[in-house]
Amino acid sequence: MATLPSKPIADDVSLLVVLIDTNPFFWSTSSSSLNFHQFVSHVLVFLDLIVRLSQLNQIVVIATGHNTCDYIYDSSLDTDQVTGEGELPALYSFVLQRLEEFVDKDEKLGAKQEGLSEKRASSLLSGSLSMALCYIQRVFRSGPLHPQPRILCLQGSPDGSEQYVSIMNAIFSAQRSMVPIDCCYVGSHNSAFLQQASYITGGVYVKPQHLEGLYQYLATVFAVDLHSRSFLQLPRPAGVDFRASCFCHKTTIDMGYVCSVCLSIFCKHHDKCSTCGSVFGKAQLDAASDRKRKASES
Amino acid sequence: MNNSEKKRMNGEAEEENEEDVEDEGRDAWERTYTDERSWEALEEDESGLLQPIDNKAIYHSQYRRRLQSLSATSAASRIQKGLIRFLCVVVDLSKAAGEMDFKPSRMAVIAKHVEAFIREFFDQNPLSQIGLVIIKDGVAQSLTELGGSPEAHIKALMVKLGCAGDSSLQNALELVHDTLHKIPSYGHREVLILYSALSTCDPGDIMETIQKCKKAKLRCSVIGLSAEMFVCKHLCQETGGSYMVALDEGHFKELLLEHAPPPPALAEFAIANLIKMGFPQRAAEGSIAICSCHREAKVGEGYICPRCKARVCELPTECRFCGLTLVSSPHLARSYHHLFPIEPFTEVSARQLELSRVASKTCFSCRESLLTPGAACTKCKQYFCLDCDIYIHESLHNCPGCESRRITPAAASATMS
Repeated sequence: MATLPSKPIADDVSLLVVLIDTNPFFWSTSSSSLNFHQFVSHVLVFLDLIVRLSQLNQIVVIATGHNTCDYIYDSSLDTDQVTGEGELPALYSFVLQRLEEFVDKDEKLGAKQEGLSEKRASSLLSGSLSMALCYIQRVFRSGPLHPQPRILCLQGSPDGSEQYVSIMNAIFSAQRSMVPIDCCYVGSHNSAFLQQASYITGGVYVKPQHLEGLYQYLATVFAVDLHSRSFLQLPRPAGVDFRASCFCHKTTIDMGYVCSVCLSIFCKHHDKCSTCGSVFGKAQLDAASDRKRKASES
Repeated sequence: MNNSEKKRMNGEAEEENEEDVEDEGRDAWERTYTDERSWEALEEDESGLLQPIDNKAIYHSQYRRRLQSLSATSAASRIQKGLIRFLCVVVDLSKAAGEMDFKPSRMAVIAKHVEAFIREFFDQNPLSQIGLVIIKDGVAQSLTELGGSPEAHIKALMVKLGCAGDSSLQNALELVHDTLHKIPSYGHREVLILYSALSTCDPGDIMETIQKCKKAKLRCSVIGLSAEMFVCKHLCQETGGSYMVALDEGHFKELLLEHAPPPPALAEFAIANLIKMGFPQRAAEGSIAICSCHREAKVGEGYICPRCKARVCELPTECRFCGLTLVSSPHLARSYHHLFPIEPFTEVSARQLELSRVASKTCFSCRESLLTPGAACTKCKQYFCLDCDIYIHESLHNCPGCESRRITPAAASATMS
């Protein structure tokens, strides 16, 4: 199936897929100056800005929760939205309502589980990235003219190491379809996964220093369409760390040993691979027959 | 021949007609019978009424059959795949490659698709290496050494495109055997021969060479462009490779790209080993060093070998001074989806969808409404449309439904036991 994009409508029309992190474990413990409500208000004004920049711009909002991910808003659907409550425009009230429903649903799904270690509770970024990429593929299939898609991740939760393989799969698929993944990280320490994502796909990674002015960062860096980015001086990545971490101690290493069968990384020489069980230095068949002989002897 | 000549003369006489005179003297209405065969595009349903062909469904069912056959073997046992591959691509540039049955010529078609194959190969196997060999005038020459940079191979191939002489399978096998003999024991040795000729002109006994290749654990596969040959079939059977003959250009491309993902590895073929690899850091912005690949001073972007501190321009590569294999973690991560593949989705008919309790009949990942039959994931039970199914299995390798669920350790151990 074609993964290459077809011709866009015009140079400066964009399809922006925004992934909002609603992880309650992050927002409740975050010590920064931004709480969830302020964060959402900055994001809503930003979404409104995108819509006003061009009539053909499209936005899709996907929420990344702790236990699930879901679509919140799609500007191309003519939903009979709730008319503005009081002085809020229809877009804002619709998104706020859907976000509330989503957070409730996320909480209910989480209530069934117990005993999670909460120090580094991550959100399901790989799920929302995968959904965003499938949506973008649908837009590619929709016909010869379509807006230029890109993904913007508004993430604060730390990286979940169990999601490494899925996030890398999503990144490589985005790279093949030429979809940049931008990131505005509002958490405490830099996210290595998102830095790699932006570097590999050609997006922009920003960790704002002054979170009270989040809207200003969003408007100046991420509102611009892809074609016009070539005329702007955007924040450049300062040292993306591509070193690997070893499987035994999870420390980042400069030089290590890689198992030729399963590509697990170790920092010291071992006799046997702990992931795939292959014995090093012997042909697999010999190793298997050795094991059988030992088992029958004992 | 005579008819078409007559028609051409008739056509020239009729030029003042409104109808345009087509090439080769055939009118458009005649072409629909001879070339397009429009009656084959019709189908009948059970009551004998004509119905249009649903190309999408046919494509999808062909795709599913292919996926099932691929996963049937690996589902039962976790079959290991050969991830570090050393592949020699042998291109037959004998006189038979100049035949025009593939437009514009077999050689041009081969060159175009080999370029696409090389890029796809390095995309899926970043730690592997390719070497190119051509057969011309009865001798085999090595076009490029085993290396990991796609541009070098493609450039070398595009320059040397000329066909002449006989083809010699034995010479090619000897050359490939000598090349692949020197590689380390953990690598999987593979040969892919693109054979257009119908004969082979050998200096000795090819059966001996085939046995030599078998003993050296070379896995030889052949893609034929003309007809099936016994010697190719024998070679592939002995060494455990696959032999296919291409029917047309599209089929050839498909067969070629099937060799890009890693094949299942036979246990005795490669010895597991711990390979020492370096993970270089990016050089600081503005640092000046002489790079080891181009031998010129360069500023800024580049990588520093952790062992000998030499500067290299791109990864993956082997450090020229200390011989350490240099990779970055995304290169290793590119191969992880071969190790943790997702299972194929089950097909869901329109009827089952109606009966299910899903509230909105939309695809879980792209939110398009499911009008045609869809697919469902066996683990998370979400429904997906056909296009998402294909995209997920061919490119993304993540099921959005499974990724959007959090599995607790308790639940995970319950499903495992």
